[in-house]
Amino acid sequence: MTIEILGIWAGALLTLCLYSFLYRDNPFYRFAEHLFVGMSAGYWAVYTIFYVLKPNWWDRLVGAGDADPNLLWIIPGVLAMLMLLRVVPKLAVYSRLPLALIVGGGAGLQLVTFFQTNGLKQVENTIIPLTGGGTVGLVNNLILVAGVVCGLVYFFFSKAHKGFTGGMASTGITILMVAFGASFGYTVMARISLLIGQTQFLLFEWLPTIPRVLGL
Amino acid sequence: MKKLLERIGNVDRRVIFVLMALAVIVPLALKLTMEMPVGEGPSYELYEYIDQLPADSRVLMSFDYDPSTKPELQPMARALVAHMLGSDLNIVAMALWPQGATLGQEILSGVSDSLGAEQYEDWVNMGYKTGGQVLIVRLGTSIEAAFPTDLENVPYGEIPMLSDVSTLRDFDLVVTLSAGDPGIPAWVMIASDRFGVPVGGGCTAVSAPQFYPYLQQRDGERPQMEGLLGGLRGAADYETLIERPGLAAAGMSAQSIAHLVIMVFIVIGNITFFATGRKKRTKGGGR
Amino acid sequence: MRLYVPLAITFVAGMIMILQFFIPHQPFPMLGDGVQDWYVIVASSAIFLGILNLLRVHVKKIRLRKRHWQYSPVTIVGFLTMFVSGVAWGVTEETPFYYLFNQMVVPMGATMFSLLAFFVASAAFRAFRASNWRATLLLASAFLVMLGRVPIGDIIWRWIPGAAESSHPYLVSEIAEWIMQFPNMAGQRAILIGAAMGVVATSLRMIFGIERSYLGGAD
Repeated sequence: MTIEILGIWAGALLTLCLYSFLYRDNPFYRFAEHLFVGMSAGYWAVYTIFYVLKPNWWDRLVGAGDADPNLLWIIPGVLAMLMLLRVVPKLAVYSRLPLALIVGGGAGLQLVTFFQTNGLKQVENTIIPLTGGGTVGLVNNLILVAGVVCGLVYFFFSKAHKGFTGGMASTGITILMVAFGASFGYTVMARISLLIGQTQFLLFEWLPTIPRVLGL
Repeated sequence: MKKLLERIGNVDRRVIFVLMALAVIVPLALKLTMEMPVGEGPSYELYEYIDQLPADSRVLMSFDYDPSTKPELQPMARALVAHMLGSDLNIVAMALWPQGATLGQEILSGVSDSLGAEQYEDWVNMGYKTGGQVLIVRLGTSIEAAFPTDLENVPYGEIPMLSDVSTLRDFDLVVTLSAGDPGIPAWVMIASDRFGVPVGGGCTAVSAPQFYPYLQQRDGERPQMEGLLGGLRGAADYETLIERPGLAAAGMSAQSIAHLVIMVFIVIGNITFFATGRKKRTKGGGR
Repeated sequence: MRLYVPLAITFVAGMIMILQFFIPHQPFPMLGDGVQDWYVIVASSAIFLGILNLLRVHVKKIRLRKRHWQYSPVTIVGFLTMFVSGVAWGVTEETPFYYLFNQMVVPMGATMFSLLAFFVASAAFRAFRASNWRATLLLASAFLVMLGRVPIGDIIWRWIPGAAESSHPYLVSEIAEWIMQFPNMAGQRAILIGAAMGVVATSLRMIFGIERSYLGGAD
């Protein structure tokens, strides 16, 4: 058995262990599940230490290569250490400092980017001429414009959904239902695609190795 | 009849599981194929955009996914890399998801070997960094600050193909393969809308519908996204367009049959539900 | 110290990120770059926090012989195997780390999520009901998209006499694309705009110290 076939068998057996959950919860499934969590965590730890912290922090702090040491980098190092204090109840309060940097930096950036890309730009793209594309174009653009406006009215709860507002909200939820239907269709597609991928692995990579391994 | 419908309605879920498995296994085992022309749409738009890029254009490719979505995103990554390296484009790869770095390496190295492309001249994998959207903003001012070395610890300054690349603006296109957050929205927000670099990419089918607003083309203006491959179908489209059918195209028949089976499940579920009068019992139950 | 220092850091970091966008003149770009570089380092520690917690939970489970504690050593051994192989031989191609990732972590990750295909099928059978006209509309939209995004939709359409020779031989996929381009885009855009307003409001509340729940306690 070559190292390549050994790998395929390891992957296939673990795959079958996980699929055994479909019958019912069992020790094989739990074994594979725990192994997956542990190995994934190991992967993350290695990458974070050797491919983020070492080149982006340590090498700059101590001045790797020709670079001069930069002691300013002690600050993010200390903040990173303080984050770990979250697991010590008495000292957990100090983890608020690094958390504040993460939350503040993230909030400041997202405020601008979400407003620009998902707010203003979407409003701008909805302001389109209804005419000019024939009857089909008119209907399509009308659906787009009315759908966005009515959809937003549906999400606006400061005014009761009655009368004209109620009519718009009703149109909005109708458009949203079509969109949710499309999302459901795509969700089904995604889940089946994942199953297809693993079935292809078992059928075309693992099964052909069985006669070789069994010496047939 | 009512009893039969009731029995069907209460069927053990494992029966459904077996039928589902068969719907996927049988077409794949029989190598069933179905004609699948690629019409105008987001997949074609991405293909067309990449195809018109002149040789030696630079593409930043971000592998923002992990093994959980590999069956959908890996085939599209393979097709995109094959198209780009085959068109003499230069790829600088990176990842906003840790496991994307290794999945990307597998694709780049494999396709590169088959096409005779050279690491550090035609492609380089810079690996993974934390930060998501914040990291992308940093790429807008200095790529070297975010990625001092590549995945093999070669310093940025020693990589020939990066000698005249300093910020995100030096790229002709950003291609992201996205399984969630951080992914397409982050790249559209920062690379496209803030730094003006065209963005295209692929995503899982689950998230594809929410990115359609980014694809709208207005007269005389660049769309927020230059094209989108949605799920395995998007990957199959791209494989068809570059005439390199692979795992995605091969999976389309199984995908078709499985969709039909799910639709049959929904129809039978509704028939049993309404025919056995369960509607009355659940009325007002907040369905 | 416990409250005002974190709130001050949040305010300063948030304002630097905002000002860097609106004022592209020094010192804001320099300050923004600094916050971003530090952010990458501090965000990494959140990953360690997760790993530390995971190991702590499993060690505790073993120590107290909690239910299913026998599997906890598997998690710890899995972690150590990946970690040691990555530290000892690196992560590039042809290393044990690369091999273990591709042959074990990848199939397990992909399988874990592919299980959802079965549960989606079961849920579709049991829960997807056309109980009113809007639900029926949702169902119709889902059916058209499910048929239109795979080749079989058009194949079924072309079985209808005359359909293959008509001006729309791929009608089902055209309808699916239309749903995606117009009603779906309208609905998704309404959600995007609504959510963007929510993000803006929440971000402002955080930066100005009104929203403090992220600090993890009421001070």
